[in-house]
Amino acid sequence: MTLCMTMCLGDYVPVGQGLCVSVHVRLCVPINLEREDATCMGVWNCIYLTLYLSVAEGAWYCGKGPELGIRRPEFKFWLCHLIVVWSLVNPFTSLSLSFLMCKMRRMDLSYFQLWHLLCSLHPLAMGLLLDSHRRRALARLLLRLNTPLCVVSYLAGVFWFLGLAFSPLTQNTYISENAMGSTMVEEQFEGGEHALNFARDFTAQRRKTGSLPVAWLERTMRSVGLEVYSQSFSRTLPFPDETHERYMVSGTNVYGILRAPRAASTESLVLVVPSSPETLNAQAVGLLLSLAAYFRSQIYWAKDIIFLVTEHDLLGTEAWLEAYHDVNITGMQSSALQGRAGAIQAAVALELNSDVVTSLDVAVEGLNGQLPNLDLLNLFHAFCQKEALLCTLQGKLQHSDWASLGGSLHGLQTLMLMVLRQASGRPHGPHGLFLRYHVEAITLRGINSFRQYKYDMTAVGKTLEGMFRKLNNLLERLHQSYFFYLLPSLSRFVSIGLYMPAIGFLLFIPGLKALELWVKLNKADFGPEEQLGPNHSLVQPFGQDARGVALTPLVAPVLISQATGLALYLLPVMGQHVAAQHFPVAEAEAVVLTLLAIYVAGLALPHSTHRVVSSTPRGPDSGWMALKLVALLYLAIQLGCISLFNFSLGFLLAVTMVPAAALTQPSGPRFLYAVLLVLVSPGATLLGSLFLWRELQEAPLTLAEGWQLFLSALAQGVLDHHLYGALLFPLLSLGLYPCWLLFWNVLFWK
Amino acid sequence: MAMAAPLVLHLLLALLLGLGGQSRAEPERDSLREELVLTPLPSGDVSATFQFRTRWDSELQREGGTNHHFLRYAVLPREVVCTENLTPWKKLLPCSSKAGLSVLLKAERLFHTSYHSQAVHIRPVCRDAHCVSVSWELRQTLTVVFDAYTTGQGKKDWSLFRMFSRTITEACPLASQSYVYVDISRNGQENESLEVSPPPTSTYQAVILGDRKTYAVYDLLNLATFSGSRSLNLQLKWRQLQDIGSQLVPFLHAQRYVSGYGLQKGELSTVLHNTHPYRAFPVLLLETVPWYLRLYVHTLAITTKGKENKPSYIHYQPAQDRLRPHLLEMLIQLPANSVTKVSIQFERALLKWTEYTPDPNHGFYVSPSVLSALVPNLVGAKPANWEESPLFSTMFPTSDSSSYFVRLYTEPLLVNLPTPDFSMPYNVICLTCTVVAVCYGSFYNLLTRTFHLEEPKRSRLVRWLANIIRRIRGVPPV
Repeated sequence: MTLCMTMCLGDYVPVGQGLCVSVHVRLCVPINLEREDATCMGVWNCIYLTLYLSVAEGAWYCGKGPELGIRRPEFKFWLCHLIVVWSLVNPFTSLSLSFLMCKMRRMDLSYFQLWHLLCSLHPLAMGLLLDSHRRRALARLLLRLNTPLCVVSYLAGVFWFLGLAFSPLTQNTYISENAMGSTMVEEQFEGGEHALNFARDFTAQRRKTGSLPVAWLERTMRSVGLEVYSQSFSRTLPFPDETHERYMVSGTNVYGILRAPRAASTESLVLVVPSSPETLNAQAVGLLLSLAAYFRSQIYWAKDIIFLVTEHDLLGTEAWLEAYHDVNITGMQSSALQGRAGAIQAAVALELNSDVVTSLDVAVEGLNGQLPNLDLLNLFHAFCQKEALLCTLQGKLQHSDWASLGGSLHGLQTLMLMVLRQASGRPHGPHGLFLRYHVEAITLRGINSFRQYKYDMTAVGKTLEGMFRKLNNLLERLHQSYFFYLLPSLSRFVSIGLYMPAIGFLLFIPGLKALELWVKLNKADFGPEEQLGPNHSLVQPFGQDARGVALTPLVAPVLISQATGLALYLLPVMGQHVAAQHFPVAEAEAVVLTLLAIYVAGLALPHSTHRVVSSTPRGPDSGWMALKLVALLYLAIQLGCISLFNFSLGFLLAVTMVPAAALTQPSGPRFLYAVLLVLVSPGATLLGSLFLWRELQEAPLTLAEGWQLFLSALAQGVLDHHLYGALLFPLLSLGLYPCWLLFWNVLFWK
Repeated sequence: MAMAAPLVLHLLLALLLGLGGQSRAEPERDSLREELVLTPLPSGDVSATFQFRTRWDSELQREGGTNHHFLRYAVLPREVVCTENLTPWKKLLPCSSKAGLSVLLKAERLFHTSYHSQAVHIRPVCRDAHCVSVSWELRQTLTVVFDAYTTGQGKKDWSLFRMFSRTITEACPLASQSYVYVDISRNGQENESLEVSPPPTSTYQAVILGDRKTYAVYDLLNLATFSGSRSLNLQLKWRQLQDIGSQLVPFLHAQRYVSGYGLQKGELSTVLHNTHPYRAFPVLLLETVPWYLRLYVHTLAITTKGKENKPSYIHYQPAQDRLRPHLLEMLIQLPANSVTKVSIQFERALLKWTEYTPDPNHGFYVSPSVLSALVPNLVGAKPANWEESPLFSTMFPTSDSSSYFVRLYTEPLLVNLPTPDFSMPYNVICLTCTVVAVCYGSFYNLLTRTFHLEEPKRSRLVRWLANIIRRIRGVPPV
């Protein structure tokens, strides 16, 4: 399922006389980031772009009409004709696209359509801009108000975001799905003691075998009446994982299927418990078995239920999911599955490591910042309230009083934690891997703290029973509620329609700056110089030929920074053995150190190439202005794309990079700019985010700890990309880092 | 529990070929045969199969051979089992549910089971060797599997009363034969582990599904069966429970699933297992796939043990949108003890907005594929007399002593198609935006635009384009 978003950026940049070139950027962001869907969207976009360009060309010819020898009535007719055709084509293409793709992942539709409306109002803007008087007036206004507009826009973006936790912007959550509406049934699970017995047996068996006790699990699952299968898998990591101490991993997943009576195995639900040497999850395995025994004796199941115990936590889950869907996307080697149970409708992952719990923590953030449907979380919350359990989000309890300032600030803290976790793009629990397959999933973690009041396994089991019985009632996949949201607490949420303006305000700034630069580069076209405002010195008269943008000097810096990005992406993993041979470091360290080395080396590389490649005949400033223009547009496009499928990541990057990018220029306090720019580089943002994260969790880091955490986060980021297909590493190394290098280049242009 | 088979409402309009011609003796008229077969499974579950066969003469005459143009195959992939299925079916029985075996058909018990399959077969039967006149045969079967966990509360001992909350008191007065069979074969076990009471009057041996089976027989028309008490309450007791892990695997079984993720493409995979230790046999695989899954036939891949397996026969009829589904029929040789995977890729089509079902996010069903095969026996079987042998033994007819015929249906599939949002606000927004975009934008543009003649600026591209146009118009180039 794909979400196609259209947006237009930097439209209507007037060039020369009567020529209107629209930089029309249609971005399509496949939310699931599947290759096939992206290709499909790519084709659509090509068609769209071709149509658009033909129209833009038409308009251009119209401007050139007299010169081409076309008489006025003729080209007027042509113009009208084209514009009408285009306005017809535009809404219908984007409408059809949105119609097809929108509901797959629920967007706030009004925003979606607003963009579309903006796109469709091109003709209006063209009318305004083709008129040279109005164009001049607009350009003047733009130059005069540029800086105040940028400042206001930045502040608006930041404050909008901070305001998200406050009451007009958050709503109470509610269950949208009809089939899960009222809570009528009484949960009857009483197998808490039973679960603990299973857990003790499991721990003993685990100690005896040294790995997952596959035979014992199979026997036990079979004895409670499940159809049992196992799957073995192996995976060699690209480099040794030091946090989990694993390199060549092989393991076995065991799963038992409870077949729904008199049904045809077309749909199923999954209860998954990850087990690994460091976190045994014995109590979770026990509860799974006990629940399986209880569920087996009930007759109301309409969907099959798969009870899955995976080894090596996420690796096992990934192997099982790939085998279940018979795909191989991460190079996992695994045996084929013998038993299946149709399309998986929902999944719940369970992590329990103590016999009693004080609270249950829920994790929603999945791979690449994907989130499950809000209804699944609402369901969990409903049962928390029904069973009077203590439930937390991001490890934070809900504040008792929402309306108060303290409550809202507490909500903001929780929301910031969620933003940081979502931005990391890591699967925060086994549920995160299910989301790629359009299976709504959450992870529940039992927390045992020093609180007085504890809950036993029966209470947790009853919650799970209730959730599974509700999910069993589903007639359709969960689709009614939101797929894009931020959570200041379990009972409040912010929908995409309300948080998107924050990033909108921020992305307005590179657009404005780009426009300003463009106007300055084409200064001669916009009337007398004194109207250009205070930046007088920057805009030297370029002479008759100086109008327009010289693109040749830009080729070298752009290519070099992209190549550096590519090296950053490829070399650390490819060259780990070479590095480990020549330096006294382990492979994992070699990867991280190479990563840092290339990152820092990139700063020295590109910033003097233009002097070699070409002398600038068009004036001293046109070179860096053009480069900055390109870099700004590139940044805006990337941030726009990222924020569509992972708002948190997009916002974090925008709030740091945008002001620095807007300020950068090779004159003025350059040292200050350089420091600022280094502070907002993607790597520094990651380091800062780590500190902020621990600060918000009320476990502040010392500098040394922070650095260690930073190094391991780098290694984990690279590993996540190779093991699960997380996109943060390629996004930063292939996209944002080269873009940032361009700004660095601008700073040291002279 | 055996592989969960779908409940397929299987309408066989055409006659079952081959069987009709074989009958030598004059078939009985207006006769009813009823029987119940109980098969205790090693897991503790019990399968119960009812069969009722009615025959009557008819004036409808059969014309010549079967015209294959009239063969039709239809399948409804989704059918929710409920008492509505049972009531009309019971009304077809001569004794309804008043007497005979059919008193056991109590809905509240039958729908407490883990498996339910119900069928109606109608076919003409030749009355003489030349097949000038025919009788009609109506055969009704009902199979349920009682689950030791849910219905038996964990106990693995069964009796008729425990299963149906009824006992048998008499045969249907209209029945010419009325039997209860209980499978007491040892399944390769040395000691006899299953105890049946009351002790049977006789036993019956046959080769069923390629294996030799022994059945305890109770003749309900024989009053001795009910001696001692007025009713027959059969009891099955396991003396010693077998290891439930060692389940008997049939020689031919299959799985089907959709692979891939995302809403654009996917792959239909059918996995065929031949677990026969030394015999290979061919299988006829019939797939009907709805048109909205656009099959890429060039991606059809059949692999056995990592090697390509070329089917000896392929028939493919492409789909027509909204008219007919894809039909793919293949004859595949399954080597002994092998797993064969048949896969074909598809693309999900976009439906018109009125073509979506009321619950589009549930997914769309794809009907099961049908496997027909002559599966080799493990033991040699005597060719049996069709009219004399019990009804259940003809469920898997044997053409000769070495193999039996079996038809398998795989599980139906649920495939998600790209689904638009059908909510009202969405549609309103779409419509309004389109109207505004189309009308307002273009009209405002045309109304406000002014045109100025400006000094032409020479650029090479412009001049070149201008010259091309001038040349076309016959004006000298600039």
